[in-house]
Amino acid sequence: MDKYQINHLRELEAESIFVIREVAAQFENPVMLFSGGKDSIVMFHLARKAFWPAKVPFPLMHIDTGHNFPETIEYRDNLMEKTGARCIVKYVQDTIDQGKAVEETGINASRNKMQTITLLDAIEQEKFDAAMGGGRRDEEKARAKERFFSHRDEFGQWDPKNQRPELWNLFNAKKNMGEHFRVFPISNWTEMDVWQYIYMEEIELPSLYFTHKREVFQRDGVWMAKAPFMQLKEGEKLEMRDVRCRTIGDVTCTGVTLSTANNIQDIIQEVAATRVTERGGRADDKRSESAMEDRKREGYF
Amino acid sequence: MSGKESGYLDMELLRFTTAGSVDDGKSTLIGRLLFDSKAIFEDQMEAIERASIRSGGEDVNLALLTDGLKAEREQGITIDVAYRYFATPKRKFIIADTPGHIQYTRNMVTGASTANAAIILVDARHGVLEQTRRHTYIASLLQIPHIIICVNKMDLVDYKEEVFEQIKADVEDISSKLSVKDVRYVPISALVGDNVVTRSEKMEWYDGPTLMYLLENLHIGSDLNRSDFRMPVQYVIRPQSKEYPDYRGYGGRVVSGSLNVGDTVKVLPSGFTSKVKTIDLFKDSLKTAFAPQSVSVQLEDDIDISRGDMLVKETNGHEPVIGQDIDVMLCWFNDRKMVPRGKYTLRQTTSEMRCMVKSVDYKMNINTLEKDSDDLDVGMNDIVRVKLRTTKPLFFDSYNVNRNTGSLVLIDESTNETVAAGMIV
Repeated sequence: MDKYQINHLRELEAESIFVIREVAAQFENPVMLFSGGKDSIVMFHLARKAFWPAKVPFPLMHIDTGHNFPETIEYRDNLMEKTGARCIVKYVQDTIDQGKAVEETGINASRNKMQTITLLDAIEQEKFDAAMGGGRRDEEKARAKERFFSHRDEFGQWDPKNQRPELWNLFNAKKNMGEHFRVFPISNWTEMDVWQYIYMEEIELPSLYFTHKREVFQRDGVWMAKAPFMQLKEGEKLEMRDVRCRTIGDVTCTGVTLSTANNIQDIIQEVAATRVTERGGRADDKRSESAMEDRKREGYF
Repeated sequence: MSGKESGYLDMELLRFTTAGSVDDGKSTLIGRLLFDSKAIFEDQMEAIERASIRSGGEDVNLALLTDGLKAEREQGITIDVAYRYFATPKRKFIIADTPGHIQYTRNMVTGASTANAAIILVDARHGVLEQTRRHTYIASLLQIPHIIICVNKMDLVDYKEEVFEQIKADVEDISSKLSVKDVRYVPISALVGDNVVTRSEKMEWYDGPTLMYLLENLHIGSDLNRSDFRMPVQYVIRPQSKEYPDYRGYGGRVVSGSLNVGDTVKVLPSGFTSKVKTIDLFKDSLKTAFAPQSVSVQLEDDIDISRGDMLVKETNGHEPVIGQDIDVMLCWFNDRKMVPRGKYTLRQTTSEMRCMVKSVDYKMNINTLEKDSDDLDVGMNDIVRVKLRTTKPLFFDSYNVNRNTGSLVLIDESTNETVAAGMIV
């Protein structure tokens, strides 16, 4: 590589910073969604880079299902304190208490779908006109067709067949009152890129991503963590294992990986060798072939 | 560059687009590239197998991998641009996979807009068709720096050299009339895998590289304009904090050329000049910034600069053109036809203004490559040459010289939709 070339990670970084600055410039009241997972951590890191030495000019927002791993919440609060960023927290429990959603029942009950209602309510209440998310096109087939600037109608819905063409680096943020945009600054990153970037930039992560001992059980071939609101089915039994999370979502729908990786380099090697996608451990995607597309149409992340 | 960036993180990024229909074996080719570079995972493969059985197919249909939307799977067509990713130890690749039928010209144009390279598939049995001409024309219109013509299904023509040479001659005949820079030809069989990743033993007459070798080794260092420094200002960074009370940085992406601390830059449209005080990227102070980096630039003098202005270097003779009347090649994207003398919002770099379509010079017949000056009705997928008049001065370079400062989109003011993409002549 010659002196005027940058590697793939630096090029992705430059693209994401460009997108985040476009959001700050083109919208009046944007917000950055933050889940405490590695993708939103990287996205927030990029936002800090985009505006340094000024502070990030928009708040973050966490949709808290109440089913988070406690380590996620602890990490989030520390990060906000360290960086001086503001994080709005909205609770799915409030949505349930207000009667806007009914808790799923049964053994695979999850609050994953309900997050959409809480999220759309929050966008409406706070009058956000753009919500940035850490979704990546390589994650899932419906996401592969997502734009950087993705238009949502007044109901927060996505119409995948009627998306605006997006060319060069020209982003069209025009909309009518009541409509909003979802923006995906790290669209072009893969899982590997995210890990390599974390390594290169020495970004701190929640401890869940590294190996630890945890009580787990197997369900449909996926290892799940023990948690107060998880019921065991007949035949499922708890075992103590060395595990780590490959993605972080709710305890109810995030599988864990048997692993002894305790540093980023080991994780990168593990990711390189693995033959299953990271969402392969996500029960929320397995509900049907178009589970992600259906949820995205409704306004999911 | 830190120690961590050398070694295995030292990979380049190459974006390419693929045009063609399912019949050309495009999905099979992408499937093979992904499969052979281990970018398809077991659970994805299982999901495709399940879906193939459900849709009644006997073989695993790799098209289902890219056709991600429900409607696409139901109708067995690709509707939209799908982005796919894979990497080899040398490069990371982003594929913009676009459908090849004429009604999807807009998707092809979209995928081509950011591509370093285009793969155009030709079925060896059918030779050069209208759509080959169309794809080559779009690649040249969008100034994709490298074009790779893959003559596919060589296994079905007994791997005959004459077939390949004939197609090559036919494409050369087309490309000689167009402004394409770098055209390569590879005889392949995506199904069997000949010359995709591994060299074919059945085509000893071919001594060129495999497709994968080409993708890994195309020289992309000069794909971006390296000589004319241009940085459209995106966002003015003013912390107004105790630590940085007077910091005033112009945030933006260097779209071409390079900039050093101490260089004299000119600000458009005001024309004022100043010297570069600092170039920052987070906590790193840089001596030099170059395309495609995103940075924050401070100048020595206090000049009024805002979003939509552009920093340029006036050292090399090439300066952007400043004007309100521009000639543009326009690709129309919308069901609503272009309104003669209609007014639209125009976006170019980080600036936005209104414009009016003054006249349509001609329509391009993209199948015959002939210009039509009689039918000037502009609808979905039409490519036309127009004259636009803007409400305020635009600073631009010709698209052929600079893809970033020479490109624009038009937005319909009543529907907010992006209705056209334009390349400034």
